[in-house]
Amino acid sequence: MSFTIKKEGEIVVVDVEGQLIVGNRQELKQKVIDELERGERKFLIDFAQTGYIDSSGLGVLVSLSKKIREQGGELRLANLNDDLKTLFELTKLDTLFQISDTRDRALASF
Amino acid sequence: MAAPLPSDVGLRVSLAVEIPSDVAYIERVVELVRHPCEELAYDPHQLALNVPVALSEAISNAILRANNEDPQKRVLVRAEVDTRRLVVDVQDEGEPFDLDDNIRDATDPENIEREDGRGLFLMRALMDRVERFDANTGAPPGNVVRLTLSRA
Repeated sequence: MSFTIKKEGEIVVVDVEGQLIVGNRQELKQKVIDELERGERKFLIDFAQTGYIDSSGLGVLVSLSKKIREQGGELRLANLNDDLKTLFELTKLDTLFQISDTRDRALASF
Repeated sequence: MAAPLPSDVGLRVSLAVEIPSDVAYIERVVELVRHPCEELAYDPHQLALNVPVALSEAISNAILRANNEDPQKRVLVRAEVDTRRLVVDVQDEGEPFDLDDNIRDATDPENIEREDGRGLFLMRALMDRVERFDANTGAPPGNVVRLTLSRA
């Protein structure tokens, strides 16, 4: 997995490339927390280049969502393909996250 | 559903992969098991979701829970793939455990904000069958978690 972080206005956008799984999810978590500690409050994770996500990847997204909300911020998700959507639906995490079909719609929704 | 090649019906691929108890190997093992499924025209959704996620979970559990990330312990993954189904055995060298020990419902609103607890749930949701056997080798004997998926 690799990820790139950039700012689009007030929103920190993270692109996840490859798998988000037990071996690498801590890295994502730490990078987002670093931005949170720097005072950022709006986060978008874009999964357009993501392969699969395992339960610990999902767990990190849940944990980040909680931490960001505790700081008065928001985490949203974009570009889940059909299989990733199925994963979120199976685990009912589609009820926990605001998920947009496109990056533009997600950015506009903040 | 794409049909397998007529020449592939009756063909079975068997593979065995052994890894140290290190989660860095999981992705590679998943690719090695996924590849013959792809060759045998398994459904793209099975290739993108069911196989990689369920197998990742099983190997992750073997490494982290059963083997405690002990560098002296290994995980053995054996897979048999044909045009009817995939059967994967994930064997650890840990103490016996009971798959039904984890009875918390990961989708219950009470549990939805937990960071953990979705692994077994996903294995069961994404595979047709999830079973556990004693490995019957060594001391402790270790566990075999068997995942079965019919080709779609």
